[in-house]
Amino acid sequence: MAARTFTIDGKHVSADESATILEAASEVGITIPTLCHLDGVYDVGACRLCLVEVTGVPKLLPACTTRVAEGMDINTDSERLRKYRRMTLELLFAERNHVCAVCVANSHCELQTLAYTLGMDHVRYEYTFPRWPVDNTHSLFGMDHNRCIMCTRCVRVCWHIEGAGTKNVSGRGARSQVISDLNQPWGTSETCTRCGKCVMSCPTGALFAKGVTVSEMERDRTKLEFIVTAREKKQWIA
Amino acid sequence: MDRLKVATVWLGGCSGCHMSFLDLDEFLIDLADRIELVYSPVVDVKAYPAEVDVCLIEGAVCNADNLEILHTIRKHTRVLVAFGDCAVTGNVPAIRNQLGLRNDENVLQRAYVEGAQTNPGVPREPGIVPALLPRVMPIHEAVHVEHFLPGCPPPADRIKALLTQVLSGTEPRLEGAQLKFG
Repeated sequence: MAARTFTIDGKHVSADESATILEAASEVGITIPTLCHLDGVYDVGACRLCLVEVTGVPKLLPACTTRVAEGMDINTDSERLRKYRRMTLELLFAERNHVCAVCVANSHCELQTLAYTLGMDHVRYEYTFPRWPVDNTHSLFGMDHNRCIMCTRCVRVCWHIEGAGTKNVSGRGARSQVISDLNQPWGTSETCTRCGKCVMSCPTGALFAKGVTVSEMERDRTKLEFIVTAREKKQWIA
Repeated sequence: MDRLKVATVWLGGCSGCHMSFLDLDEFLIDLADRIELVYSPVVDVKAYPAEVDVCLIEGAVCNADNLEILHTIRKHTRVLVAFGDCAVTGNVPAIRNQLGLRNDENVLQRAYVEGAQTNPGVPREPGIVPALLPRVMPIHEAVHVEHFLPGCPPPADRIKALLTQVLSGTEPRLEGAQLKFG
């Protein structure tokens, strides 16, 4: 447990050597936009929204998977970062079919909130309008691939918190997708425990509880915190 | 000072954005003193005027008529505002693009032939029924657009914020939740 001292946005900060830039920034009240990060689940640096500048490093680094180091000079907000973050968001919107007006997660969606927070007033890229199916075979939950941003939060909670390993990723690039078991209808999965953690973890309306319509789906993320506390502290407290 | 010449048009949309415009309530009275509404679904003017200062465009570009009037508008208007999610993103009308990027024939077949209970047949009345475009576009894919006013529909206070900025001559700039889609 050795401490490291460094600066974030000109502020002198110290944190344990095991901390990520994202954790250290959050500790001192600096917010870095994230999408694939979920408190309590390990990070993969998939969405690239949390990219930051580190003096002396020519490329941008994901704050969620980069550990702090002695003397690091970190910048979390600049014209260049805002440009790339907006570009990333626009590409996410253009890559699948995100129609906020008719989505279960309208007004409760991290993608939608980030878009307006980061000033995305329109998408400059041509929308691709891919054809993706909706898997409604599960008795409790549905998966609409049109709204998936491949953050893999559902896959990580399924494997590392529930321990079921139902959710996986198949394919490459724009055709990659979240699958259940051996790429079969979710309703036929033998490993799914119907716990619903994947639905709780989803930042968009891709995973949803059946029986909710436009704007109706609100998640209770405190349930995830409850489980994380139970795992880490062996205490079943809210 | 001359009043600002304002137009509003309704392309491929549900008219919900115009309903929201009417939701401006008493601000409409202030507006009436400060602008001249030269063309709109709510005024009886048939042809798009030659010189317009600001045009609010509701709806996506879905058919040949939409595209034609959009080009006319661009030619005769100083400032174009994409008015609502259909104009900004394509929104619900663009869901048909998921049937392929050249989907006009599929869509007509589905609606007028496969789904028909009586008299199946695609209506073709040149000059009366405008041809569908192969795919639906947000307006900025067809013409240059100065400002974007998202929302389905944009709430009245958001429309008011943008119009107030336009009327005061400042560069319109919406921020934060004022840019929320849906």
